[in-house]
Amino acid sequence: MSLVETWIAAFLTLCVFSFLYRDNPFYRFAEHLFVGAAAGYLLAVQYQNVILPNVWMPLTSGTRTPLSITLAVIPAILGLLMLARLWDRMAGPARWAIAFYVGVYSGIAVPGYLQAQIFAQLSDAVKPFEPGWGAINSALILLGLLTVLAYFFFSAPHRGVHGLGARVGIWFLMIAFGASFGYTVMARVSLLISRVQFLLRDWLHLIPTT
Amino acid sequence: MSVMSRILAIDRRMIFLFIGLGTAVPLLWPVNLPITVTPRVEAAYQTIEALPEGSTVLIAMDFEPDTMAELLPMSIAVLRHCFRKNLKVIAITLYPAGPGLVEPALRIAATAEHKERNKDYTFLGYKSGFQTVMIGFGESIRQQYPVDFYQTPLDSIPIMKGVDSYAHIDLVINLTASSAADYWIQFAASRFHKALILGTTAVMATDYYPYLSSRQVLGLVGGMKGAAEYEKRMDLFGDARRGMDAQSLVHVIIALLVVLGNAALFVTTRKAP
Repeated sequence: MSLVETWIAAFLTLCVFSFLYRDNPFYRFAEHLFVGAAAGYLLAVQYQNVILPNVWMPLTSGTRTPLSITLAVIPAILGLLMLARLWDRMAGPARWAIAFYVGVYSGIAVPGYLQAQIFAQLSDAVKPFEPGWGAINSALILLGLLTVLAYFFFSAPHRGVHGLGARVGIWFLMIAFGASFGYTVMARVSLLISRVQFLLRDWLHLIPTT
Repeated sequence: MSVMSRILAIDRRMIFLFIGLGTAVPLLWPVNLPITVTPRVEAAYQTIEALPEGSTVLIAMDFEPDTMAELLPMSIAVLRHCFRKNLKVIAITLYPAGPGLVEPALRIAATAEHKERNKDYTFLGYKSGFQTVMIGFGESIRQQYPVDFYQTPLDSIPIMKGVDSYAHIDLVINLTASSAADYWIQFAASRFHKALILGTTAVMATDYYPYLSSRQVLGLVGGMKGAAEYEKRMDLFGDARRGMDAQSLVHVIIALLVVLGNAALFVTTRKAP
């Protein structure tokens, strides 16, 4: 980063951090600047990477065949139909594009999800226990699976053996939430560390460069 | 007002100040606390280590500036490992703001390991649509990316010779801050049976532990801690390792404040009736 870029980045970082004291115009300036810049950047990138190569170029340059033109025009029309929801009279045709999208997305997602997230995980859950100490891990995974499933089975009252399993399931869930929350704290602290590293190293030159 | 009541009434800005100092002081005066490499990171390291020289690795760096604190040091460490092993690296990003981070990460790692663009690595750039790109890689990489990030046709890039689908890729690495990881598992690992390593933000890491057990994911590098472990395994001292002292001190401060706050609440509510 050049000197000017570093100073701008440092100023904006401090503007955002100033919110920790209280809401103020500097924070709001940085916030609005970020929203505007991010929206503009996203629009420009999508135009360059999606509209230009997939719609504009096939229609205006290179070898144009009826097939290549059709493959550019039909998705473009479907895309425009998505925006047609803004007009009441066009709300009906707008659903065609959404229906097409939902159909294609479901076709792609459902088999992939079943294969990777359901069947592969089920197969792992019922595999034979690992030898030695690994058996304890396998037993815990199986116990966790069965008790958490028991907790989420609401078609029968949580009483007796089912109730006991559900209560153990809650413990497994709480431990999982705790681990996840610990990781979340670590992630947020990492973001702060990175910004402080930037301020102390790149801006103030108080710590050596990597 | 008792001490416990004062603790409960502490101005939140004082807590921010403690956290700020807990972050800045260890960065200014590091003590380099020991870092232990966990089996998940070791598995990721060993998976790359086991690849023969000249193997092709697809690295999808699907993150943006909001998570660069965790994923940029991780990317640099993993890229340097690939370069040290003389692997051919094909880098992509499925996030619009990704190129601005991936490009410098590649440049830093390549410069450090004396590697050249197009000869040792290539950056294909950003492409919209997670699933279409991932499935498209099963058919033809050239259909998805006719040119690379620098507008060079793929056929003119030496390391892309003979590489056009998952069939020619030996390992997929996804460094991500989003559900892109789920799709890489669904398509690259499950449908096309490619070996897959994940690098995620700490928030996401626990979600992907089950995939390690089922061997759908061969290694998992989670958050800044994971990146620091990888740096240690690589004998590097990057931003992640540099930040771990601050990470540890802030965690101690947070734990102390949680214990103190709960103790104060417990004592004051018992006295109240």
